[in-house]
Amino acid sequence: MNALAARRRHPAAIALLLLLGLVLTGVAYSTFAPKQADASPAAASQVEEGKKLFLANCSTCHGLQAQGTNVGPSLAGVGAASVDFQVGTGRMPLAKPDVQAPKAKVRFRQPEISALAAYVASLAPGPPIPDAQYTKGDGDVAKGGELFRVNCAMCHNFAGSGGALTRGKYAPSLRNVQGKHIYEAMVTGPQSMPVFNDANISPQSKNDIISYLHAIDKEENVGGMNLGNLGPVSEGLFAWVFGLGLMVAFAVWLGRKAA
Amino acid sequence: MSTTHTASGADRLRADDQAPKSSPSGGLKAVGGVAGWLDDRTGAAKPVGYLMKKVFPDHWSFMLGEVAMYSMIICLLSGTFLTFWFVPSAGQVVYDGSYLPLRGVTMSEAYRSTVDISFDIRGGLLIRQIHHWAALMFIVALSVHMLRVFFTGAFRKPREINWVIGTVLSMLSLIEGFAGYSLPDDLLSGTGLRAAEGFMRSVPVLGSYLSYFVFNGPFPGESIIPRLYSVHVLLLPAILVGLFTVHIGLVFIQKHTQYPGPGRTNDNVVGFPVMPVYAAKAGGFFFIVFGVVALISALVTINPIWAYGPYDPSPVTAGSQPDWYMGFADGALRLLPGWLEFTAFGFTFSFNVMIGAILLIPVMYGLMAAYPFLERWVTGDTREHHLLDRPRNNPTRTGLGVAALTMYGVLMFAAGNDIMAIKLHLSINDITHVLRAAFFVAPPIAFWVTKRICLSLQRKDRDLVLHGRETGRIVRTADGRFFEQHEPLDEFTRWTLVQHEAHEPLQLQSGTDEHGVASPTARKDKVRARLSRFYFDDRVEPASPADLAAAHHDGHGHESIESAPGPVESRPALETSRREPPQRP
Repeated sequence: MNALAARRRHPAAIALLLLLGLVLTGVAYSTFAPKQADASPAAASQVEEGKKLFLANCSTCHGLQAQGTNVGPSLAGVGAASVDFQVGTGRMPLAKPDVQAPKAKVRFRQPEISALAAYVASLAPGPPIPDAQYTKGDGDVAKGGELFRVNCAMCHNFAGSGGALTRGKYAPSLRNVQGKHIYEAMVTGPQSMPVFNDANISPQSKNDIISYLHAIDKEENVGGMNLGNLGPVSEGLFAWVFGLGLMVAFAVWLGRKAA
Repeated sequence: MSTTHTASGADRLRADDQAPKSSPSGGLKAVGGVAGWLDDRTGAAKPVGYLMKKVFPDHWSFMLGEVAMYSMIICLLSGTFLTFWFVPSAGQVVYDGSYLPLRGVTMSEAYRSTVDISFDIRGGLLIRQIHHWAALMFIVALSVHMLRVFFTGAFRKPREINWVIGTVLSMLSLIEGFAGYSLPDDLLSGTGLRAAEGFMRSVPVLGSYLSYFVFNGPFPGESIIPRLYSVHVLLLPAILVGLFTVHIGLVFIQKHTQYPGPGRTNDNVVGFPVMPVYAAKAGGFFFIVFGVVALISALVTINPIWAYGPYDPSPVTAGSQPDWYMGFADGALRLLPGWLEFTAFGFTFSFNVMIGAILLIPVMYGLMAAYPFLERWVTGDTREHHLLDRPRNNPTRTGLGVAALTMYGVLMFAAGNDIMAIKLHLSINDITHVLRAAFFVAPPIAFWVTKRICLSLQRKDRDLVLHGRETGRIVRTADGRFFEQHEPLDEFTRWTLVQHEAHEPLQLQSGTDEHGVASPTARKDKVRARLSRFYFDDRVEPASPADLAAAHHDGHGHESIESAPGPVESRPALETSRREPPQRP
């Protein structure tokens, strides 16, 4: 103790103290700062496997170095989340160029998807696959509902049934979609969707939205058949076809009944 | 006017029935009891007896109006139930009811009470759905009833007033419906009100004043929900019920129209009296209608306000549409191009909104209400009509009706352009362009096709009358000729096919009288003659007895293929025998 006190005026002390302060600040920052939930550093072998898969399945459109061609965009910086979403929901590989990649049968197993994601993530930094704690859907359902109505319902409809966009593009249905994919769509903004970054909607709020969507997926239809939750158009169609049909059938029956 | 002038049809069938022993009022008195007691004090037996003895014809299409009437009654009953719990207030509260996904959300009292009705009031959701489905069915049935009246020409003299009352009823029911689905203050209804506010603002110059007047300040404010509530539960129902009473009263006074057929003339009504037959039938039908509405309401969700969430002016949901009956106006908005908005004299003129939202409904209903008078002027027909037209026998009217219906249909489908886009995987832009073109192109095509179909059906009828039914039996004559045997129609079937009259176009009088003085109405007459030709130039004359005799004379009743009857041979003088309907033995 004395030795330390004696050397406190040593010329190197100030430099040492500065260094200590910087190290502490850095450690504290890296501990407390909101950070991208990073996937475990991809093993080199996984990247290697991903590259093979990429060359075999994706490079026709995205180029041999994933640099992009005139039919497919560059994948530098799209991040693992993008790959996990696009391939994990069957949107990629795309069967044919169209206005929008439709949700389809998933073509790869999860380890293969992870390998592809690892390879694409290794090209340039981008949004990683989200931490499971934000995609479990155990958040505040009511708050999620409010956030959903303000941020999502204008395209995806009040019940997540989907809606039309311009020129054949559309906001797909959000019913029975995995929480992970909902989160990834929000951070990567696939197709026509805008990006909702963490400053815009915090990870916790994203979890709330996922919770709301999972809640309405599980909700029983208290009012009976929901007619696709598409609003008054399907109700009107039902009234004309089934309502009027039944009424006319009964009227014909009664009209024929002899007095 | 009376139903007992001509003992024919069903009346004749009952000719042997025992006559009532005395007048209804006397009879009631003889029975005594409550009815007699009431009659002594009110004299009600006579008018009630008049109503109860009124004869109505039987046909399923005459029951469409009944469906509308019963749906309205269901709405009144279920609506009364809803008023017990609904709170028409925009005051903000925090929800803590039993629907978890909304707990802790701030909302208006109107919305909270509607959610409470749906989840916390016993039977509330069912009654809410009954109310809404019955409202949809009311307007569906009313519209189809209106189409029936139009296509059968039931609006002709003396029923023009009732037709006009019907169009007013129809238009008010749209507004009543709109006021109703705007009350719960959910996201969709708030969006509808926001749109309505925009419509008001599209009125040139006055728009912003109008919107401030209706909303009592800027949108949304706290006044609109209580105001709409008064309109929805007091003002409009009172007008609807009042007009409806006049509507059905006139049916009793003017007697019901009937389809043409043997024994049915312009002076009688063939059918059964209200008491006891129709009282039982119509009473039973009320329960059938109520049953169907209740069944649908129990099985199918309508307007899940809890899923829409409370209204807040910032969000809006994809697939925001009005209920179906407002769809045509919404569709017009979706089709109108944006360049109709411009600025002049420092004001913005939003005709892209105003044409569809403000002008369309009054113009459409105005044309509908005016149609009977237009047709009467064109045909110059001032007689009373109690026999209905078969739609094919008035091809131009039927064609015009189908053309108008097509136009309406295009607008209504346009309101669902986004739903069609996602469900049929089409581009919403393409759908909009196609429907824009269809709005102008489809009605004339529909008119032409319908008119040709009607004329063909008339020719078929004429052929059937003249040559009978093809039996499919091939007969070989002694000298080796083959022909198909035709079976002549019996006279009852035939009557239905020949009873109508063929209208002829009005002939233009020469524009000057014998002194060479130009007629003051020459121009009007010219227009009238031209319209009359438009209506009746193409026509198929119903077969006359002379035609029939000629056809029979023509051989063995077998087919001598005849092209469309030429104008000369098919315009015989009306023979009295043809106008006399055959009587049922």
